[in-house]
Amino acid sequence: MKDGVNGVALGVFVFFFLAVTVVGFLAARWRKAENEHSLDEWGLGGRSFGTWITWFLLGGDLYTAYTFVAVPAAIYAAGAAGFFAVPYTILVYPLIFTFLPRLWSVSHRHGYVTTSDFVRGRFGSKGLSLAVAVTGILATMPYIALQLVGIQAVLDVMGVGGGENTNWFVKDLPLLIAFGVLAAYTYSSGLRAPALIAFVKDTLIYIVIAVAIIYIPIKLGGFDDIFAKAGHAFAQTNPLTGKPRGALAPPEAGQWTYATLALGSALALFMYPHSITATLSSRSREVIRRNTTILPLYSLMLGLLALLGFMAIAAGVKVQNGQLAIPQLFENMFPDWFAGVAFAAIGIGALVPAAIMSIAAANLFTRNIYKDFIKPDATPKEETRVSKIVSLLVKVGALVFVLTMDKTVAINFQLLGGIWILQTFPALVGGLFTRWFHRWALLAGWAVGMVYGTLAAYGVASPTQQHFGGSAKEIPGIGEIGYIGLTAFVLNVLVTVVLTFVLKAVKAPEGIDETRPDDYTADAGDPGVQVELPPATAGTSH
Amino acid sequence: MSDQSDVTRAARVTPVRVVIALCLVAPFVAMLWVGSYAKTDPAFVGIPFFYWYQMLWVLVSTALTMVAYQLWQRDQRARAGREGGASQ
Repeated sequence: MKDGVNGVALGVFVFFFLAVTVVGFLAARWRKAENEHSLDEWGLGGRSFGTWITWFLLGGDLYTAYTFVAVPAAIYAAGAAGFFAVPYTILVYPLIFTFLPRLWSVSHRHGYVTTSDFVRGRFGSKGLSLAVAVTGILATMPYIALQLVGIQAVLDVMGVGGGENTNWFVKDLPLLIAFGVLAAYTYSSGLRAPALIAFVKDTLIYIVIAVAIIYIPIKLGGFDDIFAKAGHAFAQTNPLTGKPRGALAPPEAGQWTYATLALGSALALFMYPHSITATLSSRSREVIRRNTTILPLYSLMLGLLALLGFMAIAAGVKVQNGQLAIPQLFENMFPDWFAGVAFAAIGIGALVPAAIMSIAAANLFTRNIYKDFIKPDATPKEETRVSKIVSLLVKVGALVFVLTMDKTVAINFQLLGGIWILQTFPALVGGLFTRWFHRWALLAGWAVGMVYGTLAAYGVASPTQQHFGGSAKEIPGIGEIGYIGLTAFVLNVLVTVVLTFVLKAVKAPEGIDETRPDDYTADAGDPGVQVELPPATAGTSH
Repeated sequence: MSDQSDVTRAARVTPVRVVIALCLVAPFVAMLWVGSYAKTDPAFVGIPFFYWYQMLWVLVSTALTMVAYQLWQRDQRARAGREGGASQ
């Protein structure tokens, strides 16, 4: 790492940061509706986004700064195993093609803002809805924290993160400023801010990747050389484990892990509240289906980006903290001004999802905890106010997390968050297709999955950590090493199915389903899609 | 509630719907069968097979999802036509 501040890079970074700040505040006026004091407006951008805005928003939302830093970092550390992010994002789209349009339709008919809204409406169970909401909030918090970790990595490499001996205030000041700005425009503009900033972010990211994937291999002597060097580096024995550091293709033993991680992560992605927030903000059902056919462009980009991990090895980047490998590669390879562009791309790449995640978590709290349990007669205006304040609290929480605890804690919790959020799949996706599951069975299945997943993850040790050392463990009964989240999910489904049979046999009371079969196929412009919005959300123009 | 009609509607299997299902299932089979591509040869412009093959599948699965989308739209329009455009 160079000593001192990289002035040019920092200047470019600050320029872009200021630009998106202006955009963020102006966003409040963009496509403004008459009734701005409703959660539909602040929290879902008026449910008005078309195909392209949704594409940028979802892309900006799902492919976060942390992804850009962590995926190549995983490749840098272990090779092939880190590439599972690519099959993972391949599988996401055929999967959501099947269920997301149904969620969109039923949410528009009934004015649902969150997944928990739907679960409550479908199964008539506030308990189940609360479980889904709490899981969503718990899983989102560390995710926001990791976005801040992403910004920190960039600031560190630029030389403004401060060394070990600067005082904590100077060290964290840049992060505090970035955070304050983010919080302010999210508060004032709601979902419209990240939607507009996503344009800037993705344009920058695409430019940086395109340049990196052409420019760096030329400088390093082509992919042949890069992979030869990487292969050599992976063959070296890791003194901590006594095994080779990694491999260019997963060995037989790692294939179950690879496949289960890809599948489990794909199932989990659209259970995250921020994915659903971006989805529900779209204008019509077709926007979503069309997006499943154009979103994979991001997966291609992710694949190319992952290859940067190999380039970092070939370029001789040596970092203690793997998260710094890619920012450091950019700093070493690019001229200063373009390194600034690349850092801006990562930095802004953290702001977009952090904003959407905090909005999503705030919506969950407002709709499914505040309105359901604390103040059932809250007006739309009050809902919006509570949501705005909670979005601030959520971000402060994430900031405190990052500043006071070790980074590994945020990563551990993020790992747990993925396992947890997957446990809401049966209630949500199951509920979209059938009413057969019993609400209590779903709740029990969820609880079993949560407990198993947490305990199993706690028990995984790595050379550097005693607990939460990884997300894979032996699958009971199969003996292969697989993703804990997926194992917990299978247990969850088993418990849910068995208990549903039992509860139906003893005629346990079912909740009241407020949805009708044709709610799940309704599209914008169909009779009833707007008219039937409950008073809480009616009055907004679509 | 009227789950009944939900089930019967979903259960109507037509050749087009089978094709749609195959388009959507194919990426799962290809990607989860890791053994079929866990090797480094043949390389493409220096990139080992393992990596370019999966990136190629990004394109293949995108194409398949697009086909599924087109077929689905046609299927929906045909059904709306049959039902007189009433509830779809």
